[in-house]
Amino acid sequence: MMDLWSCLFSPPLTLGFSTGLPDPFVIGVVVFVLAVFIGFELIAKVPSTLHTPLMSGSNAISGITVVGALLTSFAGSPSFGVVLGFLGIVFATINVVGGYVVTDRMLRMFKEKKDNARR
Amino acid sequence: MFTLALTKIDLLNLAYLAAAVLFIFGLKMLGKVPTAARGNRVSAAGMLLATVATFFYLTGATAVSLLWIVPALGLGAAIGLVMAQRVEMTAMPQMVALLNGFGGIASLLVATGDYANRRGAFVAIDQLGVDSGGSPGFTLGAIALAALIGGATFTGSLVAFGKLQGVAWVPDQPVQLPGQRWIVFGLLAAALLLTAVFVAWPGAWGVLLLVTLLALGLGVLLVIGIGGADMPVVIALLNSYSGVAAAMAGFVLNNYALIITGSLVGSSGLILTNIMCKAMNRSLMNVLFGGMGAAPAAGGSGAGGSGGATVSGTAREASGADAAIVLEAARQVVVVPGYGMAVAQAQHAVKELVGELARRGIHVVYAIHPVAGRMPGHMNVLLAEAGVDYDTLLDLEPSNVQLRQSDVALVIGANDVTNPAARHDTTSPLYGMPILDVDEARTVFVIKRSLNPGFAGIQNELYFHERTRMLFGDAKKVVMELVNELEQI
Repeated sequence: MMDLWSCLFSPPLTLGFSTGLPDPFVIGVVVFVLAVFIGFELIAKVPSTLHTPLMSGSNAISGITVVGALLTSFAGSPSFGVVLGFLGIVFATINVVGGYVVTDRMLRMFKEKKDNARR
Repeated sequence: MFTLALTKIDLLNLAYLAAAVLFIFGLKMLGKVPTAARGNRVSAAGMLLATVATFFYLTGATAVSLLWIVPALGLGAAIGLVMAQRVEMTAMPQMVALLNGFGGIASLLVATGDYANRRGAFVAIDQLGVDSGGSPGFTLGAIALAALIGGATFTGSLVAFGKLQGVAWVPDQPVQLPGQRWIVFGLLAAALLLTAVFVAWPGAWGVLLLVTLLALGLGVLLVIGIGGADMPVVIALLNSYSGVAAAMAGFVLNNYALIITGSLVGSSGLILTNIMCKAMNRSLMNVLFGGMGAAPAAGGSGAGGSGGATVSGTAREASGADAAIVLEAARQVVVVPGYGMAVAQAQHAVKELVGELARRGIHVVYAIHPVAGRMPGHMNVLLAEAGVDYDTLLDLEPSNVQLRQSDVALVIGANDVTNPAARHDTTSPLYGMPILDVDEARTVFVIKRSLNPGFAGIQNELYFHERTRMLFGDAKKVVMELVNELEQI
């Protein structure tokens, strides 16, 4: 107990002892697992009528890779990695913009149909 | 990225968290009809937030970098916009497949690009990832996995696109190599082994290249052996893969936007795949490797109907006038749409026909099989476009209840989902798949272009039943003919 007290209230002398912050990879795994559970809960109860827009919508979201591509393409000078990053931005942005517009088109039809049905 | 102040990173990650919250709300809203359209926009806001935040984080970059980034964003946005606005509703499935593939290759490019950057910056390879506080082994593993999953998703999606689009060099029927299952497993094992090698010898970029090539080949192999009614499952699965690939890229960069969002997409895609498989009463393994030719009991291979009992007999043809008379006298009609209706763009004609029938006091419902068409909910989207009231679209169970009490079942371009062989023929590849009990109706009319086997390559014994009448022709033409005939009665 005494040791714990002194550990908590004295400056850390050795790396990674009292701060207890794990390897970023481990944090990443924690986030990953939690996000997977959220995903399962979100999608469990969807009417089959929305399956196509849902697939298209979540496909657009997977274009988040554009963020990674932006970071990768940032470098002081053009290099092979930067070129790859550039291509990555192009493809990911097509995925994002195309995905959202296509999903919106599909969903607009549902809205119109609902309005028609009410009339 | 290595030298910017800590507070900027904090703000960036908070922005990522906000974006993730928006994605979560967006996905949830996408699951309910009244909120779906808004849900898409909420999720788009999240994407905008994440992108803009990253962009500002990079500001302070040299002009050279920005010179590359902005045109890249603009180019991608322009191409995506044009593609999305010009695509026909019937081409939606292959469009989603293609876009998904682009996401996959983006992850591949990000992972290999980051690796190349670090090598180019002459960071000691065994120090990879240490700058962001991580350990090199995990980062290297993530690079290889991102390349593997992203690459496989890319080529797999391209093949799926080709199959649906009817591109000449992509075989329509499933291509079965001998021992395909083992080839795929073998290649996968090799790729994973190479990943381990790569982690141990990070300087060996050739290993990473090899993993990438294996991935590209795996993607092709995985999808090319699947045909027909299984396409919806494939697209759902590839959707999931691209999410996982994005998450892997997130592990490479220690970027939480990618990790959270990629995992969300990965797990939601997997759920959807599971739903599709359950609807077909088959396991995912069977879908991926069983193919349409390798039936559970028999060991048939290849397409062209070698699986299943031989189906023969005479199909009775009817004219539009005959059909109209029967329809007019019916009290209840069930319309069974399928891919044929999509191809002929007949959904508006169908709505007109149903309107004609409803005007005469005939009760009409639509039977929507979960895997009808080329994508889950494909039929729903088409009929929504035609302005059909979605209360009349019934799922499998309610449809079968209605079919038992119906006078007429009107099958429009649907094939495998109506094949009774799935119930009793243990040698048929369709065996066990829940189908629409179309043969329970008093009369069955099938609108089809010819007696040629459908996408699955199997002949449908329904066509030779006593109470079935064939109406040959293009779906749109036949339906319009029915409308005309009805108007004259």
